[in-house]
Amino acid sequence: MKQPSNIVVVGASAAGLTAAEALRHHGYTGALTIVGAEPRPPYDRPPLSKQILRGTWHSDRVTLRRPDALTDLGADWRLGVAATSLDTDARKLTLADGTALPYHGLVIATGVVPRKLPAGHELGGVHLLRTLDDALALRDGLLTATSVAVVGAGFLGTEVAAAARERGPDVTLIDPLPAPLIRPFGDHVARLCAGLHAQHGVRVRSGTAVSALTSRDGRVTGLNLDDGDHVTADLVLVAIGSTPAVDWLTGSGLNLDDGIRCDQTCRAAPGVVAAGDLASWPHPWLGRMRVEHRMNATEQGTAAARTLLGAAIPYAPVSYFWTDQYDVKIQAYGRPSGDAELHIITDDPATHQFAALYSTDGHVTGAVTWNLSRQARALRHHVAERTPWRHALRACRS
Amino acid sequence: MKVTVDQDACTGSGQCVLSAPEVFDQRDSDGIVVLLNDGPDPRLHEKVREAARICPALAITLTRP
Repeated sequence: MKQPSNIVVVGASAAGLTAAEALRHHGYTGALTIVGAEPRPPYDRPPLSKQILRGTWHSDRVTLRRPDALTDLGADWRLGVAATSLDTDARKLTLADGTALPYHGLVIATGVVPRKLPAGHELGGVHLLRTLDDALALRDGLLTATSVAVVGAGFLGTEVAAAARERGPDVTLIDPLPAPLIRPFGDHVARLCAGLHAQHGVRVRSGTAVSALTSRDGRVTGLNLDDGDHVTADLVLVAIGSTPAVDWLTGSGLNLDDGIRCDQTCRAAPGVVAAGDLASWPHPWLGRMRVEHRMNATEQGTAAARTLLGAAIPYAPVSYFWTDQYDVKIQAYGRPSGDAELHIITDDPATHQFAALYSTDGHVTGAVTWNLSRQARALRHHVAERTPWRHALRACRS
Repeated sequence: MKVTVDQDACTGSGQCVLSAPEVFDQRDSDGIVVLLNDGPDPRLHEKVREAARICPALAITLTRP
């Protein structure tokens, strides 16, 4: 296959940057243009809800690469200008400033945007968290907040609840599901998470949704819950998930069913690949998925770049993700989902050490640890090799 | 090749140990990276570059000595 001679990468965050670097690493020497909606050079998002909110890192530390590394890529950087439309037949991209960019190869990595409540986001004190500017505004808000409500108990919501609590204010964590983080980790681990937050003084309000925000003089004063309660809050973070940033691709000819629908090699159309939070693809043995985790941005960015250069390798990662909450580091491989059978290897409430394997199909499909980083790595091979469940149980007991 | 690691940035993912166990290890207590060899043999360079590339915390820096 002839390699493309003019590649455009849309999205200048972890997936887009990694794709650009992988193109160069795998020998691509042609023209390279990188388009990013934000004016900043590429930066990392996991620290936004951790070190940046806690105030332990200066905002400069989240940059993904030193300036010389960005220069060495030999790319034409178009930062601060969003892509607004794509014509896959004409192989042409249009940017917000009216520029038309023709391409032979295109990497789409525009990520996701936070979901919003139906109303109330115009009020002072109501925050979302996706960008560095969002994080800095939230950090500043936390300095003076006396009562914080976090709407949504997923990764972002629980991390912000923990970071906020460490800064002093009252914190209430609200989610319609039965326990925090129940979707990624299942019932047992979710109940441990609820206990961890309660132990640190967070009011965990599970099983109830927000019906409306209350306000006075344009500032939020709290929220009404659908069980009839009112929660007082002068700062509200809405962290109710995100949706793929694909509005600009309407009419492009791409299949936009849950993000950008790709094949096994991350290819979305001839000459077009997608990577990161917005790319849906059929994992060879786990089925179709879309993964909003940091590690996937790197791995899929690399895989998509190789596809564009003519490789035909199915993308089959062993998913890895982590979250930091208080003094607990939770690490996971695979899909430790709620419908799985659970085998607990370690469970020590005093040290918050925990380790478990998950199985959904007679094989190991996931692993989760708390404060046991080395053991997480040791359990990874069971997920990677899909160890038969009974073999894994025997190995854990011996 | 000179390898440096930032233990403050490290998240203890252990991906570097999976890529290059000859060069990286993790502390028992918290999984933070431990550098076993800051000047690895040239035959390990590609594995070390891979470790630096995939580190989700960008905690590995490679420079020319």
